[in-house]
Amino acid sequence: MIAPPKPELVTVNIDGREIAVPKGTNVIEAARLVGVDVPHYCYHPKLTVVGNCRMCLIEMGMPAVDPATKTPIIDPATGKQKINWIPRPQIGCGTNASPGLHIRTTSPLVKDCREGVMEFLLINHPLDCPICDQAGECKLQEQATGYGRGYSRFVEQKNVKPKRTLLGPRVMLDDERCVLCSRCIRFSKEIAHDDVLGFIDRGSHSTLTCYPGKKLENNYSLNTVDICPVGALTSTDFRFKMRVWFLKQTNSIDAESSVGANTVVWSREGAIYRITPRRNDDVNDTWMADTGRVLYKQVRADNRLAAVKVGGNDSGLDIAVNTAAELFKAGGVVVVGSGRSSVEEQFLTKKLAAALKASTHLVSRVGEGDKLLVSADRNPNVRGALVTGLIAALPAAGDVAAPSASAIRIGGLAALAADIDSGKVKTVVSIGEDLAEAGLTAAQLAKVAIVYLGTHANATSAAARVVFPTLTIFEKSGTFVNQQFRIQKFLKAVPGPTGLPDDLVVLAKLASAAGSSVPSEINALWKLIAAEIPALGTMTFANLPETGLLLDATPWSGLPFVEGETLHYKPAKAAQLVVGS
Amino acid sequence: MAVIPVSRKPLTFAERTYIPQILGGLRITFARMIKPAETMEYPEQRPEIPKNYRGVPTLVKDPNGREKCVSCQLCEFVCPPKAIRITPGEIAPDSPTAHVEKAPQAFDIDMLRCIYCGLCQEVCPEEAIFLQNQYSMTGLTRAEMVNHKDRLYELGGTLPDQHHKWDKKKAAEEHGSAAH
Repeated sequence: MIAPPKPELVTVNIDGREIAVPKGTNVIEAARLVGVDVPHYCYHPKLTVVGNCRMCLIEMGMPAVDPATKTPIIDPATGKQKINWIPRPQIGCGTNASPGLHIRTTSPLVKDCREGVMEFLLINHPLDCPICDQAGECKLQEQATGYGRGYSRFVEQKNVKPKRTLLGPRVMLDDERCVLCSRCIRFSKEIAHDDVLGFIDRGSHSTLTCYPGKKLENNYSLNTVDICPVGALTSTDFRFKMRVWFLKQTNSIDAESSVGANTVVWSREGAIYRITPRRNDDVNDTWMADTGRVLYKQVRADNRLAAVKVGGNDSGLDIAVNTAAELFKAGGVVVVGSGRSSVEEQFLTKKLAAALKASTHLVSRVGEGDKLLVSADRNPNVRGALVTGLIAALPAAGDVAAPSASAIRIGGLAALAADIDSGKVKTVVSIGEDLAEAGLTAAQLAKVAIVYLGTHANATSAAARVVFPTLTIFEKSGTFVNQQFRIQKFLKAVPGPTGLPDDLVVLAKLASAAGSSVPSEINALWKLIAAEIPALGTMTFANLPETGLLLDATPWSGLPFVEGETLHYKPAKAAQLVVGS
Repeated sequence: MAVIPVSRKPLTFAERTYIPQILGGLRITFARMIKPAETMEYPEQRPEIPKNYRGVPTLVKDPNGREKCVSCQLCEFVCPPKAIRITPGEIAPDSPTAHVEKAPQAFDIDMLRCIYCGLCQEVCPEEAIFLQNQYSMTGLTRAEMVNHKDRLYELGGTLPDQHHKWDKKKAAEEHGSAAH
């Protein structure tokens, strides 16, 4: 492996503490490294620096040298090199580390500056924290605690600006709360490449607005809500739903595509209220797509499967397992695995298929990648199926001739369809895949006995002999392997519907009915996985870091993966971009 | 331990007749009969409740009939026994108080949980919840002991508003819009 180039380190002095930071690091980031917080609004680590909020003002100084001889001037009082402090404060976000840079963040001047900036920001701020959705995670609230004056000297009438402007279908703007940091404008321009936002009018009448005839409706619009330091931009989905301090945060993974964006699921008392991105500089920075944020709605969908069914009637788990075991005994079993199952489930699926001596198939989902955080492969875990050995080759793409930009081609079961037609297959075990959606006809579904494990009712669950209801990604723990072969962990955010066993328990029971005894508890299962899968040999579920673990991808480097380039991912060969042709 | 015998003081003649004691007792009885009563015929009669009494928590409206609660859920957060449960909601855009934006869809206080501590009243930024002089809560089922929003407003009634914060805000909004 090629070592990344070592950055040139420079030593800076922040509040009397020396620290070596890469050259070019700005003062806010350098101060963060020594545990000093420099308050800021407009600065964002993943956006360009504009320096228009003035909250990060600091005092800076450089070691003094004699202009003529370039020799250091020594302060006789201390015996050290004298520091020439700049008499005026500088912005921390726009000041980059250079050798010998001295910074003061706690001096009276800096405190005065922060208090002054806060007072000006609060002059026209409406005091509607009780109804503001940002309350509890608002930078203005936080800094007002530290640097606010507690009462207002402003006796004139506050500015009046539009309070409820819809910038797009998912984003609502309250202009009175806006501090004109321009983070949303820079995000739209630099990250989403959809330049629709700008300021109009001058002075205290400045207003954020969309360009005439344009709307903030790209698939990344809700990131502007995340990065808004105040409550100016709010999500129409989360608006007035729940206060953030009630919500429990659980780390999860965006399951909409193989990018595997890191997310946080916010829930209270078993109900999920929102999904936001989690910073991972190797995968998704601090962003995620809007489409991934509404996936939690499937948890409380009307067509959610709630009971084990045998032959269309409600039944018990053991009866259903026994019925499946009868079907297994008759032979001719085929297992349809899923790229949406976790690594653990795929491992158990492989165990089940091995015990049944059944062939395995995987359903492919191919859409259009957006070159950012939604890749062409809409299965989050096809790589996991390769790593666990569930499949040896990639599933064939679906055969819809001309997909529209948003359409997802679902397929990969052509071989299974042929086998069903020829009568070789008696039973199909589908792990969460709707076989009808993947291209099997109703006649083909009727010809075989189906054992279906799934979350929602569909044509396959209606046709199935045995139905095991399973859990959504928010109700179980597991791992996904994303397009970079990075194995990432998602955790159970909310409990599943009453009485439903964990998916691993159902799969383990089926595997044991087929004659293979495997553990169903995730930590115990990982001991077996680590022992059997060389690529995961050093891992346990508990010690997997939050930012994931990069696996060695060389055994699969020759496969024609469908993904194009996305943020932090480049496909191995450009020629492999053409798929399904 | 040593036992010390104590001889009882012999009764006088008057004491042996019991008459002075009986008369003394009767004096108290007859005096009580003509004094004003100290008890009251509860529940027909009710005592006067002190101003700062902490009775059943209630929701109040402002003099214009606007519900003051904006469902900020701070009372729900601060409530030590978790008696309060709020479902926040948005005010319809055609409502005269649409500028307040937020109001509770549902507001339940479980009086079986409530400990009458008054923290909800103390924390309320809108002065919408008050522990008033209602002290008697009875019910035959657990469900009856949960005060829903309608009941809370019925108990709370209207309180004089010192600030008229939202009226001022609306006036400023109209004034500001007129300037443009």
